[in-house]
Amino acid sequence: MPEILDHARTRVLDDGAGLDEAGILEVLRLPDEDLPELLQLAHDVRMKWCGPEVEVEGIVSLKTGGCPEDCHFCSQSGLFASPVRAVWLDIPSLVEAAKQTAATGATEFCIVAAVRGPDKRLMDQMRAGVRAIREAVDIQVAASLGMLTKEQVDELAEMGVHRYNHNLETCRSYFPNVVTTHSWEERWSTLTMVRESGMEVCCGGILGMGETLEQRAEFAAQLAELDPHEVPLNFLTPRPGTPFGDRPVVEGRDALRAIAAFRLAMPRTILRYAGGREITLGDLGTRDGLLGGINAMIVGNYLTTLGRPATADLELLKDLKMPVKSLSATF
Amino acid sequence: MYCDRCGEPGTHPECTAARELEPPRYCPDCRRRMKVQVVPTGWTATCVEHGDRHG
Ligand code: SF4
Ligand SMILES: [Zn+2]
Ligand SMILES: [Zn+2]
Repeated sequence: MPEILDHARTRVLDDGAGLDEAGILEVLRLPDEDLPELLQLAHDVRMKWCGPEVEVEGIVSLKTGGCPEDCHFCSQSGLFASPVRAVWLDIPSLVEAAKQTAATGATEFCIVAAVRGPDKRLMDQMRAGVRAIREAVDIQVAASLGMLTKEQVDELAEMGVHRYNHNLETCRSYFPNVVTTHSWEERWSTLTMVRESGMEVCCGGILGMGETLEQRAEFAAQLAELDPHEVPLNFLTPRPGTPFGDRPVVEGRDALRAIAAFRLAMPRTILRYAGGREITLGDLGTRDGLLGGINAMIVGNYLTTLGRPATADLELLKDLKMPVKSLSATF
Repeated sequence: MYCDRCGEPGTHPECTAARELEPPRYCPDCRRRMKVQVVPTGWTATCVEHGDRHG
């Protein structure tokens, strides 16, 4: 067995401590022949420190497109020639989306807006939307609305938003290659305020934006330092019209190595499949990831792209004998 | 007829393949960019001239 896996077995599996940056990099560099053993170890770590349950989530875009920021992967930036037009979802449709999500057995419903940070109109919509959902649907509400002020953090917590998503997207050293309209540190500061408010912190990013393996390891180590409740892992789906529109997609085996490495960096976090798995991993790879460290997934469609039907994922979980986490288990 | 993914005339194998995981963006009748709302179980695309499409 490669030495790094021996080390991880003791440090991560037995002791519940994450690998450090150098260790994560070694894992990302493991040759293909060591991949099955790596995935098995990451799976053992997930089973020991998180259990067999899988947290299922649905997401919806409350405000799509027309964003003033320039995140180079994003089809919702108003600064690129992307075909995505600005549009708002009305409250009845928002509640309907929450109902459809709950019907899959999902316990999480995340409301997302393409903004730098919320303005009054968005906060008002959120207040009305969260209230309407809580009256009609038994599901936990999360939000992702960009950078927040301290007042907005408190307001969201008071509305009953239980988890806030704000992705660092990539490591600190690569961030300026991805976004120039705001800084990694500004994102970090929102995350710090969210943590202090008592809301759960959800923070992940996108792999395959041109970062090196060293930077992928750096990113995992920085996330581990943040210690978020949840880490959503996306793989770039190159969007027409964006600066990253012509990038190659991540190779399946590299994606699996990354999933396992992130699990070994953060043994206890909720590690979620987010966008891109359909293209990067396909059906077989999706299964491999669930047996290699993943313990949560977004089901159904994404914000501007489509996923595979929720039923296909739920069937897969049944097949793998992984129960969907229930609401009673999350309170 | 225009491609509902890229807005160019005709149909394109690459676009047809990509459309399996994307909603349409251009009206196939007039090539206007449509307003598209994606929700967990479907999507609605609206052209001001030609109305709603659902998927
Ligand atoms: S802030 Fe969000 S919506 Fe705006 S460009 Fe960046 S990723 Fe896209
Ligand atoms: Zn086309
Ligand atoms: Zn039209």
